[in-house]
Amino acid sequence: MSENNKNLGGYWQENLKLIFSLLIVWFVVSFGCGIILVDVLNEIRIGGYKLGFWFAQQGAIYTFVVLIFVYASKMKKLDQKYNGDE
Amino acid sequence: MDLQTLTYIVVGATFALYIGIALWARAGTTSEFYVAGGGIHPVANGMATAADWMSAASFISMAGLIAFLGYGGSVFLMGWTGGYVLLALLLAPYLRKFGKFTVPEFIGDRFYSKTARVVAVVCLIIASVTYVIGQMKGVGVAFSRFLEVDYGTGLLVGMAIVFIYAVLGGMKGITYTQIAQYCVLIVAYTIPAIFISLTLTGNPLPQLGLGSTMVGTETFLLDRLDQVVTDLGFDHYTTTARLSHLNMFVYTASLMIGTAGLPHVIIRFFTVPKVSDARSSAGWALVFIAILYTTAPAVAAMARLNLAETIEPEPGKYLAYDERPAWFSNWEKTGLLQFEDKNGDGLIQYTADKDTNEMVKVDRDIMVLANPEIAGLPNWVIAIVAAGGLAAALSTAAGLLLAIASAISHDLLKGVFTPDISEKSELLASRISMAGAIAVAGYLGFNPPDFAAGTVALAFGLAASSIFPALMMGIFSKRVNRQGAIAGMLAGITITLLYVFQHKGIMFVQSTSFLGDMSPNWFFGIEPNAFGAIGAIVNFSVATVISRMTVEPPEEVRRLVENIRVPTGAGTALDH
Repeated sequence: MSENNKNLGGYWQENLKLIFSLLIVWFVVSFGCGIILVDVLNEIRIGGYKLGFWFAQQGAIYTFVVLIFVYASKMKKLDQKYNGDE
Repeated sequence: MDLQTLTYIVVGATFALYIGIALWARAGTTSEFYVAGGGIHPVANGMATAADWMSAASFISMAGLIAFLGYGGSVFLMGWTGGYVLLALLLAPYLRKFGKFTVPEFIGDRFYSKTARVVAVVCLIIASVTYVIGQMKGVGVAFSRFLEVDYGTGLLVGMAIVFIYAVLGGMKGITYTQIAQYCVLIVAYTIPAIFISLTLTGNPLPQLGLGSTMVGTETFLLDRLDQVVTDLGFDHYTTTARLSHLNMFVYTASLMIGTAGLPHVIIRFFTVPKVSDARSSAGWALVFIAILYTTAPAVAAMARLNLAETIEPEPGKYLAYDERPAWFSNWEKTGLLQFEDKNGDGLIQYTADKDTNEMVKVDRDIMVLANPEIAGLPNWVIAIVAAGGLAAALSTAAGLLLAIASAISHDLLKGVFTPDISEKSELLASRISMAGAIAVAGYLGFNPPDFAAGTVALAFGLAASSIFPALMMGIFSKRVNRQGAIAGMLAGITITLLYVFQHKGIMFVQSTSFLGDMSPNWFFGIEPNAFGAIGAIVNFSVATVISRMTVEPPEEVRRLVENIRVPTGAGTALDH
């Protein structure tokens, strides 16, 4: 039981760390680039897009998709790592 | 073949397909009815989730809203997609591990309280019913245009179809139907977008076309649009924020948290076989959603440009009313587009100035549906768009009705009032509650409070302020107890409802609003639709404080929390 609890604690800590770092990216691309820094980024252009506008209407969405798949694959590895210990 | 006949054929064919699937996959047990027996492949579930999720608001209203809000409309794009990150990271895997049928069931068990469960049911019903109203409005608009009847008749036809459809289905039928509906709606959305992007910019991908130059010129499409709308006196397209950056921040947060807290989306993740499937399925759902959501800004900008340039082909040269195109007069019949020749010159002047503007009504909800006609696309494209709009509204309505019905029959009847109800009566009860929900939503659809997307945004505020915080605290804190959770949910939803109702009227009846819907009365300039995030903060704070002041949750609840935090293998090991 205590062995399992220790495992569980490690698993949960690693999970929390991963969630936290991914949520930072989530915040930066949407609230950061899309809203708070939008006027600054709008000075830069990619093609016809102002960069801040691009983040708000395109870039943030692409990043969200990537974030979820990164989380799913990292967690799959984490599941195996801790299942392997049992 | 004329448009009317084509539309009937295409819409009729898709309806036959849905009803066929619903009949084929009819639910026989409560497990099939609520969670499709838990055996849906993650990619298939992702596609069904996307259809469930993308409603009349996403399909019909969103691009229209963005077309008129420009950059400010980004709140819907980021808010309605960013929530899936929260869902995948913070809720879906754990709730799947918990392995029950409904969201209130988790809240009831985790907070060891029937009261908490009932409070959750009430929050769920208020949020879902508000959301269904938006769907009904969308169905009404689509039918009224394509069957060429008035809005009320369109709404009635829509209600009848939703009724047949949802009561038959159950989650099993709904899931397979939603997969078909996703295919219809995404084809319907992207085909006109590709055509229009190709015509305007020569680039077939709308996502790239939006950032390209106009055909035959060196001018970027977005620059041209900024030029055209500012010439007419409207706000700059690519930079004008919605009210303020603070308001946009809070609005986006409300939509994200609300998305992750909407029960009809959460229960979709109860249908996959494994915990890891819940995570990847959320990713797939967002892929399918992103296809539409990254196309929408292009549709919005191009529709706005097409509209402006149709009415004013060259600066200072206006379209004559007698020479107006067919789509113009078609939409006039629905009353959603209105022209008034104020200066009597027979020309259509379209400006931001209220006194001289002669386009007295351009309902934002018509933009997507009218778009292919404005761009002069062939009739079969217009017919497919009609089918797509209906698919979007119907699939979401079905998912919402299922969430409402399962809350009433499974949580209230079986969980609280009549625990020994038979499976057969429970099934019957859920079908009756669905019918009731349709009637209520239909009634409110006749008195629509706002644009379809606006109504839906309110549902998000409610889900954000009540359900999401309770679920998240239930998973990530072992300390939050019964008293804290109940007080938190009540505080969150009460403050949000008060804020909305004092500005928009009680149950959205305008005459009962006691503060008036105007910005000077808004708290820090935050509009009522955006208030959910504030409600969520209130919920979190109240729950934390009250929990600290009262006794810790019992040992078995702490063990339940530990158990849902690990996927199956480690979870069973914990039980010895």
